[in-house]
Amino acid sequence: MTVTAGWYMALAAVLFVIGASGLLLRRNALVMFMSIELMLNAVNVSFVAAGRELGLLDGQIAAIFVMVVAAAEVTVGLAIIISVFRKRATASVDELSGMRG
Amino acid sequence: MNAETLLFVVFAIAAIAGGLTMVAARNPVYSAMGLLLAMFSVAVFYVLNGAHFVAAVQVLIYAGAVITLFLFVIMLLGVDRVDDPHESIPLQRPLAVIVGAGLLLLLLVAGRAAWVTGEAAFASEDVSGTIEAISDELFGTWLIPFEATILLLTIAAVGTVALAHFGEGLQVVGRPVGEVEGVSRYELGSGTGRGGDGLVAVDDAAEEGDP
Amino acid sequence: MVDVIWLTILLPLVGAAFLLFFGKRLGEPASGVVASSLVGVGFLIAVIAAIPLISGSSREATHVVLFSWIPSLGIDASLLWDPLSAMMTLVVTGVGSLIHVYSIGYMHGDPRYGRFFTYLNLFIASMLILVLGDNFGILFVGWELVGLSSYLLISFWFTKPSAAAAGKKAFIVNRIGDLGFLVALMIIFSVFGSLAFETVFEEASLQLSTAAATAITLLLLVGAAGKSAQLPLHVWLPDAMEGPTPVSALIHAATMVTAGVYMTARTGVLFELAPFSAAAVATVGALTALFAATIAVGQRDIKRVLAYSTISQLGYMFMGVGAAAYVAGVFHLLTHAFFKGLLFLAAGSVIHALANEQDMWKMGGLRKVMPVTFATMVAAWLAISGIPPFAGFWSKDEILAVTFYRGGAWVLLWIVGLVTAGLTAFYMSKLMYLTFWGEPRWAEGVHPHESPATMTGPLVVLAGLSVVGGLVNTPFRPALEHFLDPAFELVDHAAVPQGATPWLLAAVSVAAGVAGIWYARRRYVERALPEETGAAWDRLEHGYYVDDAFGRGIVIPARRGAELTAFVGDAKIVDGAVDGVGWLVQRAAQLLRPIQSGLVRSYGLGIAAGVVGFVLWVLVRGGAIG
Repeated sequence: MTVTAGWYMALAAVLFVIGASGLLLRRNALVMFMSIELMLNAVNVSFVAAGRELGLLDGQIAAIFVMVVAAAEVTVGLAIIISVFRKRATASVDELSGMRG
Repeated sequence: MNAETLLFVVFAIAAIAGGLTMVAARNPVYSAMGLLLAMFSVAVFYVLNGAHFVAAVQVLIYAGAVITLFLFVIMLLGVDRVDDPHESIPLQRPLAVIVGAGLLLLLLVAGRAAWVTGEAAFASEDVSGTIEAISDELFGTWLIPFEATILLLTIAAVGTVALAHFGEGLQVVGRPVGEVEGVSRYELGSGTGRGGDGLVAVDDAAEEGDP
Repeated sequence: MVDVIWLTILLPLVGAAFLLFFGKRLGEPASGVVASSLVGVGFLIAVIAAIPLISGSSREATHVVLFSWIPSLGIDASLLWDPLSAMMTLVVTGVGSLIHVYSIGYMHGDPRYGRFFTYLNLFIASMLILVLGDNFGILFVGWELVGLSSYLLISFWFTKPSAAAAGKKAFIVNRIGDLGFLVALMIIFSVFGSLAFETVFEEASLQLSTAAATAITLLLLVGAAGKSAQLPLHVWLPDAMEGPTPVSALIHAATMVTAGVYMTARTGVLFELAPFSAAAVATVGALTALFAATIAVGQRDIKRVLAYSTISQLGYMFMGVGAAAYVAGVFHLLTHAFFKGLLFLAAGSVIHALANEQDMWKMGGLRKVMPVTFATMVAAWLAISGIPPFAGFWSKDEILAVTFYRGGAWVLLWIVGLVTAGLTAFYMSKLMYLTFWGEPRWAEGVHPHESPATMTGPLVVLAGLSVVGGLVNTPFRPALEHFLDPAFELVDHAAVPQGATPWLLAAVSVAAGVAGIWYARRRYVERALPEETGAAWDRLEHGYYVDDAFGRGIVIPARRGAELTAFVGDAKIVDGAVDGVGWLVQRAAQLLRPIQSGLVRSYGLGIAAGVVGFVLWVLVRGGAIG
């Protein structure tokens, strides 16, 4: 059988859900961040697959943009994590509940 | 079973394995490794779909820079010790599993509705993902988003440097020259800080400068 | 002059407004003089306007239309000038101006002197609106306004709790009567489609069934009973004595309380169509007369004796009007205005002289000290006791004669009237003897003296009227009857007995009066003063405890209801509901607060759940599922 776009979509869905679970289940800020990266990658896969299916280059362009933004986001996010770690000496997000109601 | 299918299956397994490792590993460094595997697999998928440039960028940026950055921070902050497996928020784990499963189910159903209907197979040369083609698009139709994204990158970089380097806050240093219109004024002098323009960072890390 | 008869209303009204703002600045006695002059001018205008009616040159009623007011109700702002309204106007302005003059002296030293005359002028204007109205609407406006003026004047010394309470009581009891009046007006309007006198009276016999007429007139009786203090709505009048004495004289003797009699006389056409109501009016009047007379016997306060006496005499007037002796009833209204007004003013003079002492048992021997007051009061005393040829004799006797002559059950009413006449003479004589005869019993340091001329002047005038006033309508020369004929041309008068009968009846009633005087003299002058204590006397003094009955039956439950509403209904239920809403919100917030834990992962879970829900919804909407 041949690989259709649907397979890539399904794979993207699976990777996305794995990333989401990682985000919800892990306490370590860095691991949570990595889960987010995984989710972004999954979305990129679906973009590219869709672009191929439709015969457009737009999917790849979108993927590039996502990548760029993700890179910027990682930069800033890690800087924040470092600052927070300096202040509190912990990377567990459960400790950072100062915004509780 | 042709090459594409084989490659797909193998690297799909790899990607999923990498993802699961990332989620499940206690040691954050192992998580990073799992993520790395997933990234590489995704690059392969890009190639399979004809997005050669994107694949290259993926390896360069993601696998090369982002993961490296992650590892760097992990090492810097010393969080490579093992994480505490005890879950403090009640019901978080069961609910997360349920929600995750639900999401997966729904996404698959959604996908099934439109895409997986056995249409004709596609070949990987329908879409040309060469650099020339990409650049034509990027600097043509998508020029403005491109420029905006560059701006975003710049801002992010500056912000990161400011955040990480200066930490607590900035303090202006200079000789006081009395009051002008009721506000104390300082002449920016060379001061004693490095940088020489009167700005000295005061944070809990660097101490040889002075106020 | 008839065309400007509305000046009689406007002048005191303007006076009231003027004195409201400038009364304090004018001070004594200027504000009093201003007020009295305005009413005096009104009297002159009325006299001039009445001359054609009196001389007989014009027998037609004049309608003075001012402006169109409520066309849908058939009400114009128009005044009616016929013999009846003319007579009432003359009484109101005449006696009113005398009392105004009296008040100049009486209210001397009162800090709210100017305000008093404001209210007095307002009252005169209101009463004139009432008697001059050409339709039920204007009449009702005047009706309500005199109620207001009465309230303001009774509670004039409002810092005294009893005065304030008396004002309230008068207003509220009046209101009950007014309710009957209003319902009657509604029925009238629904039957006739208009509230104008002309329309209603001329078409009455055509449009009204006996049942409707009875309903209307009984309700009118309720209204009249409220205003004229008949049973059982009489309870406000004795308490109204809290007001200054001129107020008692003007409003609660001469004019306002007679509004009920006037109204009943004016609507005589309707009562004619409902014999049951007419009989009811007469019966109520008779019973009230007797009831009040007995209570008057047991009173210690000189003004309360006069108050109950007023109630009693009003009963006579109702008896007359109910027996279709309209002229007799109105005649008694006229003579009563003279002698009762005089009695109150003279009593005021006595009270004034004795430094506000009102208990008769603390008076005595004043005839030598206050000769003018004494002499004038004697005239009034003889008049009210029905001694010829003083005024009261003629009017009271005519009522009794007509009542007797109607025969049948009416004779019972005649007997009641006769007994009341005797009682009237008795308690009035008691009042006179206790006040003016015997040894002085007043407190230490009180130096009674005769009152100033501004007070004794009106007394003399009224005394003169009490002596000769009755001569306007004697059987030899019924001038008043002829005068009032045009006002009553639509009704059948009751027949006045002819021949020897009236003289026999007169002799009997005079005998009753003399007997009363004689017995009082025996009891209070010739012997030592009796102790009037004990349960029986207490019952009389407290008016058979009717007030207490009202209190227990109506006031206390009403107050309980109000307390219930205020402290339970409002405080607990309404406030509770409002507080409850607040509590609810707080509780809800407390319950919801843990959601905001500050933990990123909980939030993430929420977001993920939301996403799942959203995707589900989209799929369902899109038809992919279910």
